[in-house]
Amino acid sequence: MTEKKIDRKLIRHIALLARIEMTDEQAETLGRQFAGIVAYMDKLGELDTDGVEPMAHALDVRNVLAEDTPGRSLPVEQAMANAPARDGGFYKVPKVIGDSQ
Amino acid sequence: MSDILNLSALGLRDAIAAGEVSAAEATRDYLDAIEAMDKKVCAYNEIFAERAMGRAEEIDKKRSAGKTLGALAGVPVAVKDNICTSFGRTSCSSKILENFHAPYDATVAGKLESAGAIILGKTNMDEFAMGSSTENSAFNATRNPWDTSHVPGGSSGGSAAAVAARMCAAAVGSDTGGSIRQPAAFCGVVGLKPTYGRVSRYGLVAFGSSLDQIGPLARDVADSALLLGAIAGHDTHDSTSIDRPVPEYLASLDKPVEKLRVGLVKEFHSESLDDEIRAAVDKAVKIYRDAGAEIIEVSLPHSRVDTDEGGQLSSYAVACYYLVATAEASSNLARYDGVHYGHRTADKVGDIIELYSRSRAEGFGDEVKRRIMLGTYALSSGYYDAYYLKALKVRRLIKNDFDKAFENCDVLLCPVAPETAFKIGEKTADPLTMYLSDIYTISVNLAGIPGVSIPAGLSESGLPLAVQLLGNVFAEETLLRAARMYEMASGITRLTPEIVKEN
Repeated sequence: MTEKKIDRKLIRHIALLARIEMTDEQAETLGRQFAGIVAYMDKLGELDTDGVEPMAHALDVRNVLAEDTPGRSLPVEQAMANAPARDGGFYKVPKVIGDSQ
Repeated sequence: MSDILNLSALGLRDAIAAGEVSAAEATRDYLDAIEAMDKKVCAYNEIFAERAMGRAEEIDKKRSAGKTLGALAGVPVAVKDNICTSFGRTSCSSKILENFHAPYDATVAGKLESAGAIILGKTNMDEFAMGSSTENSAFNATRNPWDTSHVPGGSSGGSAAAVAARMCAAAVGSDTGGSIRQPAAFCGVVGLKPTYGRVSRYGLVAFGSSLDQIGPLARDVADSALLLGAIAGHDTHDSTSIDRPVPEYLASLDKPVEKLRVGLVKEFHSESLDDEIRAAVDKAVKIYRDAGAEIIEVSLPHSRVDTDEGGQLSSYAVACYYLVATAEASSNLARYDGVHYGHRTADKVGDIIELYSRSRAEGFGDEVKRRIMLGTYALSSGYYDAYYLKALKVRRLIKNDFDKAFENCDVLLCPVAPETAFKIGEKTADPLTMYLSDIYTISVNLAGIPGVSIPAGLSESGLPLAVQLLGNVFAEETLLRAARMYEMASGITRLTPEIVKEN
């Protein structure tokens, strides 16, 4: 399979993509476990899959379209009842566009 | 133990309908059993005692008023904690959803209640259904009722343990790679993963959306048929649920399948298999042969289990599964952002990326983080073709093997897990070893076919043994009838652990 090295830099990059903060120690441990797991996944390289159609869905089903008719939606109060922070009908978050961006 | 607890779900349903037992009595007995036993087993995350009693009294009133009762009227059941209920919490045994109250009922929860079932509580699981031992729960490690120093299996370990320990008449769980069948095997109950699309996933917290399926865990095959009938069916809220009539699974159950062709999966009957489990599969072969079935050796080359030089089990299916499932999980679990619902860091953060990253770091456990990371890696630029796309192609090869096997067979016979229930803590240090617990179950999810784990007696050390039967897509009726043939001929059914007898 592809040439790759599971180093701390790669783990840091993936952690950023996955939006999971990580200490150096955690990144270190994960890197070690990753190497083992990824080596295991590489076993798939032994199989010849040329011309094999990728299978994304277990059953041979077509796209399902629904009639465009209005139904009951979740009331705002109910939909937002679990929000950790809100301002009326809005979810409250820290600034999205920072000084550095 | 009260006599009520000894009845099967079907037996209890009939006793309630006949007025021999009231739904309130049954519910009270189960709540008492939970009270007495769950300190030792830790199967439940939350109990709805008051609500359950209220529902039971409604059923009793309905009955005395002569109204028509549902297929599960008065039957106390347990629901895995990743199935949304509009009452109580739906935590997925995760800190990130610890205080999450779902604003709606999953279709399955709604169907159970409209059939008259009494939902007793929500059961413990591996966090977000990621695990094979229920040790990845953020709250509790559920114990195996057969030996409390052993795991109940996972991820539906709470549901399996609750059924085995008579803390509910039956339960529902979810199965993404074996999460119903493996804990059912470890706890000595019947666990059925239906065909992908047979049961609606609406309101099931998503893990691997092309693999997830809800199914019953029950004490015997008839109860599994009863529950499947109640929860199966098309649902417009789940675009992957299939619009096909639901057969009367119970009606045909006791009718043996004529000229049954049982495929014995050659690759799964390997040297690496535990001796007692191999003997259980051999015994099942004999039972079917004696019942007049034809035994056909079949090959699933891409689900093959090998042992490498280091003695470690290896399989293409496991590699394929852990790429597909983690890729889907990394995408599904992106929704836990500390903004819309779920845990949000209490720290003062600079910007929104930091809010996401810290909330997720605090809220997710190690295994969930590992899988999100693995899936993100498999989908990331530069690795997508080599991992994710490759896995989807191998998935096709795995599926083709099954299609070929079912050209000549009605059901396939194989083990559920490579060993009996292992000790708590035994596999927590090495994630890969834990993944290998699913070596005989995961290809079933990749192929989308149904599979059932059936009790096969006890090992020398007193732990449950099991065998697995697999069916073709939407062939649950045949699968259950074949399972029932085994159950009747073997006489192995409704196994009762000592812990229950002592109670």
